[in-house]
Amino acid sequence: MLEITDLNVHFGVIHAIKGISIKVNEGEIVTLIGANGAGKTTTLRTVSGLKKLSSGTITLNGMDITHSSAQDRVKMGISHVPEGRRIFSTMTVLENLELGAYLRRDKSEIAKDLSMVYERFPILADRKKQAAGTLSGGEQQMLAMGRALMSRPKLLCLDEPSMGLAPLLVQEIFDIIRDINEKGTTILLVEQNASMALQIANRAYVMETGSITLTGTGAELMQSDDIKKAYLGG
Amino acid sequence: MQKLLGSNFLKKAIFLAATFGLVQLLIVTGVINPFIMDTLTTICINIILAVSLNLITGFTGQFSLGHAGFMSIGAYTCTIITLRVPTTLGFITGLLAGAILAALVGAVVGLPTLRLRGDYLAIATLGMAEIIRIIFLNLDITNGAAGLFNNNQYVNWFWLFLFTAGTVVLISNFIKSSHGRACISIREDEIAAEAVGINSTKYKVTAFVMGAFFAGIAGSMHSSYFYFIKPDLFGFLKSINILVIVVFGGLGSISGSIIAAILLALISTSLQSIPELQMVIYAAMLITIMLFRPQGLMGSKELSLSLFKKWSSLIHRKNGGEA
Repeated sequence: MLEITDLNVHFGVIHAIKGISIKVNEGEIVTLIGANGAGKTTTLRTVSGLKKLSSGTITLNGMDITHSSAQDRVKMGISHVPEGRRIFSTMTVLENLELGAYLRRDKSEIAKDLSMVYERFPILADRKKQAAGTLSGGEQQMLAMGRALMSRPKLLCLDEPSMGLAPLLVQEIFDIIRDINEKGTTILLVEQNASMALQIANRAYVMETGSITLTGTGAELMQSDDIKKAYLGG
Repeated sequence: MQKLLGSNFLKKAIFLAATFGLVQLLIVTGVINPFIMDTLTTICINIILAVSLNLITGFTGQFSLGHAGFMSIGAYTCTIITLRVPTTLGFITGLLAGAILAALVGAVVGLPTLRLRGDYLAIATLGMAEIIRIIFLNLDITNGAAGLFNNNQYVNWFWLFLFTAGTVVLISNFIKSSHGRACISIREDEIAAEAVGINSTKYKVTAFVMGAFFAGIAGSMHSSYFYFIKPDLFGFLKSINILVIVVFGGLGSISGSIIAAILLALISTSLQSIPELQMVIYAAMLITIMLFRPQGLMGSKELSLSLFKKWSSLIHRKNGGEA
């Protein structure tokens, strides 16, 4: 579905992403794990068009989207849940969700998706009139995910959904991710919480300072000694 | 058309017509003398300036210090045209030409500078306004530092009211539309706005150009009512004064801008009898109010009936609790 080939990204003179290639098949959960500053977030932002690449190609279902704008990519079905949630904090929960469907004009279908999101995250339905900034961290994460689902994505890019959440909530968020995937949305997940990510991922890529050092199925990497040492704590 | 004017159309129309009629009556009966009329004109022009700057700074979150520059483009264009065509038609043509020219300059300046954020944008727009001022200072057609004298006053209460109400209605309906929602989302979080598919550059430039357009109108009215313009009137301090109104009323509140424009004009007019202390008291008042309401008079809320109901229920509850 998504194919990144020989991607290079620079921040000024800093070569942040050094020729990586990633493939995500339809229906999969693929995760990118690695330490701080490895380039995971940058890779994800390049996929959703928030960051310009220096060289390489990105294709979605065989279509070249390397130079498409972020809006066009949302239209084509890529949705991005940014790191740190980044909800519109003075707007209400409902307004946040409506903005998720900003590029859509099919009102009746939007209404359907809205009730689907409320069903998945009942807490959002309870708080729909509340300013989004007053939600707790976990609720904000749910809102950010709900907002991304409102564009009816084929590929959902999640950037550190577990960041700053209590362990119980992390489990809940990952259950939801798995459930979204089972309902037919392909997922590209960037995580520092390697053990959680590997548990739900079909395949995983390990990034270190801008390169991919290891790849395999989630189960394989869980067993790998290197991974255990570096990311799983023994 | 209905969409452009928004909901509650009839209520608003009646309110606007009543306001217009009442003031017109007071003018005809002489209650509003020329001195009060000057203050009223200043208030109207400041409302246009503040509301249009609020669109750029308060709603879209782009910190601009160049509003006086756009205002001066409107003022000079309108004066130059009315000097050659001294009729009401000439004035309206000049006003529209001034607004369109200001909007064009807004687009030319906005496209490259709106990539900058925060303080960088403020400095860039400040520089732009200074460049415009220096150009007017050196052109022959603008008569340099001596300025232009326009001996016909075409702005009367009708035009003042028409353009002030028009600006407020158009901008507040823009804010309520999906475009306005997009602008607010950029202020809230530009990356998130991009992530949901909002073209942030497009909306930043749109807000900037719209703001410039209305500032041009305000400038035209200023030039036509107060007869005289010179480049010094549109310096850095003027931009700051407009920003003060916006911040004072509340970033992101149109009714806040309107209330602040009225209040500040009344304060500075009432202090005119003590010129030595005028600016000192004015500044002290601003500092006091900003200390106690840093979010501005209205914050980002709008004055509405439901807000009154909320207040009254709050007061009611408080009284009930004490009893």
